[in-house]
Amino acid sequence: MRAIRPRTRARDREQIVTIDTDSAPRILFYGENFLLEDLPVGTRVIYPRRPMTGVANRQAAIRYALNHPEDMPPLHALLEPGMVVTIAVDDISLPLPPMARPDIRQTVLEIVCEMLADHGVDDVHIIVATSLHRRMHDHEIRRMVGDKVWNEYWPDRLYNHDACDPDGMVVLGRTRHGEIVETNKRAADSDLVIYVNINLVPMDGGHKSVGVGLCGYESLKAHHTPKAIVDSNSFMDPTASALSHSVDRIGRVCDEHMKVFHIETVLNNRMFSGPLDFLMKNEDDFTESDRLKYHAIKWTLDRTPRPLRREIFMRTPAAYELIACYAGATEPTHAKTLDKSYEQYAVEVEGQADILISGVPYISPYNVNSKALNPLLVQVMALGYFYHMYRKRPLLRDGGVLIITHPCSDHFDPVHHPSYIEFFNRLLPETRDSYTLEKKYQDEFAYNPSYVEMYRRGNAYHGTHPFYMWYWGQRGREKVGRVIVVGADNTTVPEILGWETAETLAEAIAMGRSTAGRSAQITMQHHPPILITDVIG
Amino acid sequence: MAQLKRKNSAAFYDVDGTLIRINIVHAFAFYAMRQASLWDSIRVTTQTAASVPLFWAADKVSRKWFNELFYRYYEGFSEDRLIILSEELFEEVILPNIYPRARDLIAESRRAGVRQVLVSGALDFTMRPLARYLEVDDVIANRLEFKDGYATGKLAKPFIGGATKPVLLRDYAKKHGIDLAESWAYSDSYSDLTMLAVVGRPTACNPDRRLRAVARSYDWPVLDLS
Repeated sequence: MRAIRPRTRARDREQIVTIDTDSAPRILFYGENFLLEDLPVGTRVIYPRRPMTGVANRQAAIRYALNHPEDMPPLHALLEPGMVVTIAVDDISLPLPPMARPDIRQTVLEIVCEMLADHGVDDVHIIVATSLHRRMHDHEIRRMVGDKVWNEYWPDRLYNHDACDPDGMVVLGRTRHGEIVETNKRAADSDLVIYVNINLVPMDGGHKSVGVGLCGYESLKAHHTPKAIVDSNSFMDPTASALSHSVDRIGRVCDEHMKVFHIETVLNNRMFSGPLDFLMKNEDDFTESDRLKYHAIKWTLDRTPRPLRREIFMRTPAAYELIACYAGATEPTHAKTLDKSYEQYAVEVEGQADILISGVPYISPYNVNSKALNPLLVQVMALGYFYHMYRKRPLLRDGGVLIITHPCSDHFDPVHHPSYIEFFNRLLPETRDSYTLEKKYQDEFAYNPSYVEMYRRGNAYHGTHPFYMWYWGQRGREKVGRVIVVGADNTTVPEILGWETAETLAEAIAMGRSTAGRSAQITMQHHPPILITDVIG
Repeated sequence: MAQLKRKNSAAFYDVDGTLIRINIVHAFAFYAMRQASLWDSIRVTTQTAASVPLFWAADKVSRKWFNELFYRYYEGFSEDRLIILSEELFEEVILPNIYPRARDLIAESRRAGVRQVLVSGALDFTMRPLARYLEVDDVIANRLEFKDGYATGKLAKPFIGGATKPVLLRDYAKKHGIDLAESWAYSDSYSDLTMLAVVGRPTACNPDRRLRAVARSYDWPVLDLS
């Protein structure tokens, strides 16, 4: 890597860098490895904002939120001896990568459980709000809640939500749009539900916590549809998301039937630290130490088998810090959370891009501790998440070219993603049309007894989860003109996904320019860490 | 909860090792120890115990040989006594050895409207109380040949096991209007590979090493019901 002169940029504009003749090459994620690429002069590189400073005392911040909630009495005032309380917590899909211990959920739970005990509330269950995600492994739950809570509650009063338990779910009613509201029976029968949330991006939290986290298949089916996805201008902007609107309607019905006290925590974006902290920097500002770290890691990764590379990354926790904690009623609490979240993530960008470049990393919300980021998850990262990392207007113009870097290996985790394998190999070669897949096959997978068993008692995602992953990319598929994947190790996977392939980034850019023109505006999203663009002009 | 109802699907379950921890030798040992006289009980039990290595060797060579050899030991058993003992066998031996999640799996499958069928190389009267308990629709199992109310030590045709299972599944499907491509089969053993291969949705349950390897190669779901 060339040594580059240090630059001084105005802090409010440091997120946008335009490549010139002596710019450093840029690092892109390439699955469990990195690519180092020279970008064409004039390419715009968008960096995340610097991590906001974490609160000095997170226990104090949490206690303050519990005692000064939004539109609800303080938590202690809601407690009575002998009452039935259910605490629901977000699952392992958040944050990414898992944060260094103690997990913020552990801190919140220890405070809340102590408060409940002090008020004579003994009938307390803690439910991991997995929705249709996989059951968390025992060791993962223990890591998340900490030894104190684990020792006291596991396994009778600390467990995973089971959306397919016929005796454990209850229908609360329907929304005015006819959406079925089905939720966890223990939560519905409780005098008080306390939801402990982690807000990593603006699509988390709010009504989604209870409305989705504790729901069943028939309830989720109402909004996890290709139509709802296509009608959502941006998942990261709840006001413009049909998906969010539906979830809000369902959540309001939940609020009518249950007393829910939300505790929402907002983390900064300090995703990498220690040996990986160079990933938080602009390559032009690299020191000798950063360059050395990068080359040492790259050298090691190049000589390490893929499973071991995954293990290295998965065992490297993130150094997230709490930047805010709010509590109280669903909507006012979440409004404050969203404001803080945008403060951390939103980056103002002038004009859309004709060609957008994104490196796809090893992790997604749905493969933590899994054996692979399988092809469907690569697809959802590209067209579901990265394409949607905007508010108002997409960063990539309609009909533009999306270039991603990932090996796209034909690897699946048979324990976590069994139904993905059938979906990818049996259904996608037949049709890529989300609407046909939904109509023809979704219920078949939902009620496949083997998949139900693997979801309920194993550690598999629900049988329908690959459908949602495919729908998640539907809007991206409709808006993006071409998707070109750089460095795929096979041709079958990109072909099934409907993508083109290129050996190198330069070749992909040349391919993109063949349709977008020689003067195409090229932009690279330098993530992770997370960033959300606000396109102006 | 709403539920998709399948009309032309069936789920075929191997029993020994798949739904229950024990096998047909355990069942025979139970019958052997409960002969009409103490002397007969001692004689048959001793004979059975001494033959275990032979059974093991025969099973390694061919499931068909094993069955032919094994069921000879039933010669002279009274039919009505076997039927009465089968209820005791279920209560005392089979019921405590049903895998904890087997009943849930069958219940889930039944909720989906799938026809439930046990397919076992064990004897039909041994399977009947289990079938009743698990609320399955049908049993395909081996039948002993009886003459004047006593077992001849031979199996009535068709013989069930290994390579004959897919043929029986096809016949069953034809008779009941079942679409095998939309059906499930569950087994723990590599010897049932042909049965698994004949349906559209094969699933390995508590699989042995060879079946687990095959299941991984073909991306079949693998369940652990224990």
